[in-house]
Amino acid sequence: MKRRGFILATGAALLSGMLLPLRALAAVWNKAAFEATTLAGATQGLQVNKETPSADITVNAPDRAENGAVVQVEVISRIPGTEAIAIVVEHNPTPLIANFLFAEGAEPYVVTRIKMAETAEVKAIVKVGSRYFTAGKQVEVLENGCG
Amino acid sequence: MADNIKMRAQLKGALTELKVLMTHPMETGRRKNDLDEVVPAHFIQLVTISLNGKVVTEAQWGTGISKNPYLTLHLRGAKVGDMVGVVWHDNRGQSARHEIAVTAG
Repeated sequence: MKRRGFILATGAALLSGMLLPLRALAAVWNKAAFEATTLAGATQGLQVNKETPSADITVNAPDRAENGAVVQVEVISRIPGTEAIAIVVEHNPTPLIANFLFAEGAEPYVVTRIKMAETAEVKAIVKVGSRYFTAGKQVEVLENGCG
Repeated sequence: MADNIKMRAQLKGALTELKVLMTHPMETGRRKNDLDEVVPAHFIQLVTISLNGKVVTEAQWGTGISKNPYLTLHLRGAKVGDMVGVVWHDNRGQSARHEIAVTAG
């Protein structure tokens, strides 16, 4: 299973130095994707060309969230060769929430807590080589958590 | 700043369950305080997870991760006593790191 090599290089640099210059961090962080205000802009920033729906990805999230400030999401990819899992929420001010890059030694699995502005689908975009797969879960949000 | 990161790594069968809780405001840059002033953006952009010094996961985050971020990850190939490290960097150049040993689940 070949994983993205650059994680190791950038990661090693980050581990070695606590005081990372902001400039170096800016080189790693995908500014275009994270600051995009539309889902299309975010996926473009991630260089996702075409997403194929997949039953081998599970997105677990509550059906209803009282408070959009804290919505727990679990994403599991059973697709061999999964390199990255991005989490996007279409109706958020900036739809890209997170992008997790996995190297050898980590399973393509994550649980985290996200903010949701309004009722929307929480979508996972899984990167496998140059292909992208997707699955989602609709979450009804009762109170805006994007303040 | 080790108190900024609480973590636990437990070996459960073939996988090690890593749970991480970080203390961070995760300000979006859109919220207004009681004086109606916009609170500047302040959020973690990068989290690096390592096993015995080797990077196994790198997370890039936007402002959509909740305040005091929480993570569960599954590591493969770790043994009891192996060291798991977490380092975060935010948009203001602040960072924190913490390291713990894998324990039997």
